[in-house]
Amino acid sequence: MKIILHIWRQKNAADKGRMVRYEAPNVSEHMSFLEMLDVLNEDLLVKGEEPVAFDHDCREGICGMCGCMVNGVAHGPRPETTLCQLHMRHFKDGDELYLEPWRAKAFPVVKDLVVDRGAFDRIIAAGGFVSVSTGSAPDGNAVLVPKDNAERSMDAAACIGCGACVAMCPNASASLFVSAKIAHLGLLPQGQPEREQRVVAMVAQANKEVFGSCTNVGECEAVCPKGIKLENIAFMNRDYLRANLAGRAGVEAD
Amino acid sequence: MQLDSKSPTGPIEKRWEDHRFHLKLVNPANKRKYTILVVGSGLAGGSAAATLAELGYNVKCFCFQDSPRRAHSIAAQGGINAAKNYHNDGDSVYRLFYDTVKGGDFRSREANVYRLAAISLNIIDQCVAQGVPFAREYSGYLDNRSFGGAQVSRTFYARGQTGQQLLLGAYQALERQIGAGHVEMFPRTEMLDLVVVDGKARGIVTRNLITGRIETHIGDAVVLGTGGYGNVFYLSTNAKGCNTTAIWRAHKRGALFANPCFTQIHPTCIPVSGDYQSKLTLMSESLRNDGRVWVPLKKGDKRTPSQIPEAERDYFLERKYPAFGNLVPRDVASRNAKQVCDEGRGVGETGLAVYLDFRDAIQRLGKNVIKERYGNLFDMYQRITGEDPYQEPMRIYPAIHYTMGGLWVDYNLMSNIPGLYVIGEANFSDHGANRLGASALMQGLADGYFVLPNTIGDYLASNKFEKVETSHAAVREAESNVVQITRRLLEAKGTRSVDSFHRELGKIVWEYCGMARNEAGLKHALSLIPPLREQFWREVKVLGGGEELNQSLERAGRVADFLELAELMCLDALQRNESCGGHFREEYQTPEGEAARDDAHYSYVAAWEYRGPGQPPVLQKEPLAFEYVHPAQRSYK
Repeated sequence: MKIILHIWRQKNAADKGRMVRYEAPNVSEHMSFLEMLDVLNEDLLVKGEEPVAFDHDCREGICGMCGCMVNGVAHGPRPETTLCQLHMRHFKDGDELYLEPWRAKAFPVVKDLVVDRGAFDRIIAAGGFVSVSTGSAPDGNAVLVPKDNAERSMDAAACIGCGACVAMCPNASASLFVSAKIAHLGLLPQGQPEREQRVVAMVAQANKEVFGSCTNVGECEAVCPKGIKLENIAFMNRDYLRANLAGRAGVEAD
Repeated sequence: MQLDSKSPTGPIEKRWEDHRFHLKLVNPANKRKYTILVVGSGLAGGSAAATLAELGYNVKCFCFQDSPRRAHSIAAQGGINAAKNYHNDGDSVYRLFYDTVKGGDFRSREANVYRLAAISLNIIDQCVAQGVPFAREYSGYLDNRSFGGAQVSRTFYARGQTGQQLLLGAYQALERQIGAGHVEMFPRTEMLDLVVVDGKARGIVTRNLITGRIETHIGDAVVLGTGGYGNVFYLSTNAKGCNTTAIWRAHKRGALFANPCFTQIHPTCIPVSGDYQSKLTLMSESLRNDGRVWVPLKKGDKRTPSQIPEAERDYFLERKYPAFGNLVPRDVASRNAKQVCDEGRGVGETGLAVYLDFRDAIQRLGKNVIKERYGNLFDMYQRITGEDPYQEPMRIYPAIHYTMGGLWVDYNLMSNIPGLYVIGEANFSDHGANRLGASALMQGLADGYFVLPNTIGDYLASNKFEKVETSHAAVREAESNVVQITRRLLEAKGTRSVDSFHRELGKIVWEYCGMARNEAGLKHALSLIPPLREQFWREVKVLGGGEELNQSLERAGRVADFLELAELMCLDALQRNESCGGHFREEYQTPEGEAARDDAHYSYVAAWEYRGPGQPPVLQKEPLAFEYVHPAQRSYK
């Protein structure tokens, strides 16, 4: 099949950027979306045009490196599917697709479809961990974890940090990402001692990175390739409120 | 060159403890005076960087991805082994040690493997404490599953995302140290050369992948946790970015490369569908717990699987290996799949696939149980193939998955270059000629959390480190080497893309140095690779410049190294006139078609020394001794 592509080309962070039209004439239905871009890039190379830069690595939907907007939807039209796992059988001959990088102030464009998601790492560094140094752990079965908690924790921990939630949110809020980590650790006994500091520190860092606020739009949940649920945001808000009411851990009013 | 493995002697269960006691320590107050460069942020590199920083060292950590959380460890699905014996099914540290030595087909060091088995206990504890959401029983206790090559249930797992969860544990520990200012993180930074000063590893030359800036980082020790080289085959289950560049360029600076021909084929991957294919996707081996592998009895049977009655199906693994059945080790499962496809009994459009069927398990346990165990794997299969594995059996075929070979290291995980440590898949140490399932995560974390942080102190405390200026001749020489490689790639101005060379190389290596090898094929490959390499440097086309994000340039540098490594792999496979583990030489098999080892002549580690461009590499041998697990032909019947 033939696919018409309009792709955001931006040479570097300083460049203004623009949409450029390309044609992919021989797309097989078995190709993944990124394989279609690979083939396009090979064609561009032969023509002497610089290939389209896009982030990708594992190509099995787990590393979180890939992703762009496809016709205004993060990771394209399929539910719970990263761009690398999206296959061309879901498109038809003649389809016209607009590819753009994640758009958010906190995710500056590096080149073409590549953005800088360093803000996510800094949010984790602010408190998204259990402070246990190597060597001090008790036996794995010393602290029991109710199966239901382990499952719900795992549901939240499945986040791959791709940034689709931010890109899709009209406020560019990172709430789904932040709350997934807070719920992952907050649902486990191991995460309890630092639960209040964690939520306060992570939310403060997210604000510092100029992510927007959550207004319960729910676009994030709709596009999340790992099915992370909005209820995590409720979990985060409860923890945040509790920490503030208790006035713990140097909570700053904001 | 004399290879000293520093492998301790004495009773095997005391070796690590005794060895550790004799290692010199660095005073806590002095630790911050040392800078350690950790390259790679996966399970090995990430856990090492975090732990070294916790101990008080100054750490700089480098990864080529945009975040340390993306390292390819994240894609490991099935689980991590630990000899906890929580199920009272006869497991022990000794049994895990025994299984791993046997599974590795007697080509690993006993002392290393025993240490790995013993440390497996601490790893689980550490990960649970970090908040890794392992699967639990209703009682709240940790759940286990069984895995290929073992008859006990010792595999801990977090759904089908165990690698992801363990990596996030290490990543969070690393981010904690970054936040505290103990680790300086350099994402989107690729190591392109090693700086060796007065015989010691003292730094690395890197390229900032966004700005293209070439920089040198100086430290007191260098740790490579840069993963395996499976992408030499082009199509593999590795992430697209996985490469050999860091270890290969260290090899060219003098580090020995051990057992490069020991590569592992994973039996359960989604088959190839077309020429544009960019990678192969692995379906966790844990699927073999409940899935049954079969092909039609008749050649060229084109009926759909449901139309083929029970009596006309050949469950070939269960038939040939009644004791282990579908759970035979990876190499055995892979070779048997190839064999039935070579017989013309393969399934699917290409005939290069076998069925993995869950019909019986779904009938026995119900769809919900299967969904709970493998739901995400089934979803992934359906996403890629468009078929529903709850209804139709999966089609699978072997693909390259892991490389047991890597840089040679001693018991302290130090290469033959003082101060250069190599951990995780990047080294050769613990898996011999074949790795058992759920052991890669175990080894990466054992090296990073528990082994290296102990052994590196001994080196630091035993040596004096002169300050190295970036104007030092060795630094300037390494930097100019990197600049020259970049310039040559950009100036070639040829007509062929990097990927086209990579594909061509991959086909050669897969055909002649893949699942089965023979002398004529290896010699043929050795006649094809050097001309391809010359053609690459002449005809490669890389657009764009060096001072910007240039993904073609990054790939070109990596493929240039694969083109050299591939030759060494074939040489290594050619000198090893025996079959063992993942290395199957067709000339050396038992009458039943099993691998025939030759312990009298090949019970050694083959460590290759680089002697300069155009010079043949020199083979050094580290003899292997087995005091506890006596070599026998592996039998899974």
